[in-house]
Amino acid sequence: MSEKKEALFSKKNRKLLIDPLNDNNPVTTQVLGICSALAITVQLKPAVVMALSVLVVMSVANVVVSLMRNLIPSRIRIIVQLVVIAALVILVDQVLKAFVYDVSKELSVFVGLIITNCIIMGRLEAFALGNTPYKSFLDGLGNAFGYGWILIAVAFFRELLGAGTLFGYPVLEKLGLYEMGYENNGMMILPPMALITVGIIIWIQRMKNRDLIES
Amino acid sequence: MDVNKNSYTFGFAAVMVVLVASLLSVAAISLKPFQDKNVESEKKQNILSTVGIEVSREEAAAAYEKNITSTYVLNNKGEVVEGDAFNVDLGVELKKPADQQLLPVFESVNDGDKIYILPMRGKGLWGPIWGFIALKEDMNTISGAVFDHKSETPGLGAEISLGWFQEPFIGKQIFEGTELVSINVVKGGAKEDDMHAVDGISGGTITADGVTDMLAERFDQYLPFFNTKISETLDLSPDSLVQDSSMAFNLNSIQ
Repeated sequence: MSEKKEALFSKKNRKLLIDPLNDNNPVTTQVLGICSALAITVQLKPAVVMALSVLVVMSVANVVVSLMRNLIPSRIRIIVQLVVIAALVILVDQVLKAFVYDVSKELSVFVGLIITNCIIMGRLEAFALGNTPYKSFLDGLGNAFGYGWILIAVAFFRELLGAGTLFGYPVLEKLGLYEMGYENNGMMILPPMALITVGIIIWIQRMKNRDLIES
Repeated sequence: MDVNKNSYTFGFAAVMVVLVASLLSVAAISLKPFQDKNVESEKKQNILSTVGIEVSREEAAAAYEKNITSTYVLNNKGEVVEGDAFNVDLGVELKKPADQQLLPVFESVNDGDKIYILPMRGKGLWGPIWGFIALKEDMNTISGAVFDHKSETPGLGAEISLGWFQEPFIGKQIFEGTELVSINVVKGGAKEDDMHAVDGISGGTITADGVTDMLAERFDQYLPFFNTKISETLDLSPDSLVQDSSMAFNLNSIQ
């Protein structure tokens, strides 16, 4: 305790939280978590549920692994990380099933997707194993937000253009667009369009932020 | 302490596995009663919603007692056999040969008309799908349908659990004359005047086909029961009986 205590939201800690939103975004810059970004962005609601679940699992798993970081044998560290994530997800799912059944029904399909989300393992491996619990917690939150906003942005365009709804509410129908001859683009519902939407987001991001462009 | 020694690695792995396993089993066992209750109430909710009764999960048990007038189990010849209809697990039944399967029936009354509710179960894209179909007394017209699924894709196959997919089933007919044709879920949309088809789901065709197959297969199992009920309804209308026999008598006397 001799070294000077770092402020709770020092510049360094803020960077942990904010960097993944843009410059170091797990989806658009590190290209992780693409599989789930593709699978569940047909509608906004599941995308939001997924973003929240990843937020909880990633921040808690980061803290748990960070607490054990000096005890984990390096040769089986990946297995340990996987066990921590899987145990957390299953535990949360069981509790939800017992007490908040509706939320658990929403989540059921995502349980597998959360466990295999490579962003979570990526952060455990790259950050939590070498940093203190509080810093790991911030890193988990930051990356989950970075992942979540991309997911929600993609889902927004796919649901709006593919089904003409937002959160199931028929926006375009209420605007009277169909009477003017507008039709939904059924292709937006299919998985490839998620990749193209992510591609467009990456394109815009690199147009604004030239440092990200590889020479 | 050297955390990279072989013995430490083995020890760590063993302790971790035992700890996590016991944590999860304790959680699973202690939460099971609560989970089972939720599943049971949801089943009651689903059964009730096919006859147009929407209740919260807490009220489901009481509403079920009040509105479901009788339940029984059939064999595939349409005969009533012993069994508790509510607790028949179709997942288990479907694995048995057709002549040993138990077929549950739930009866309710809606506006003075008897309603028969039949449970369904089949295969979706990723896992089981199930549901309940309510038939009117003519054993032909559908008066309500509910579907659910274990792990269909949200926004695609999972749409079968939503109202827009289920409502068009109401009023459709499963018989064409005397032939059982079931209800087809049609990719690209059903024709408006087709009494035996409903609209499919864009991007959810395999799940939708699963619903079509499930309905055809389950209705087929209940066919003897339908036939008994239909002929019972005919027998019970005394006017037609009298007319028929008098006509037969007249014909005979002429000859």
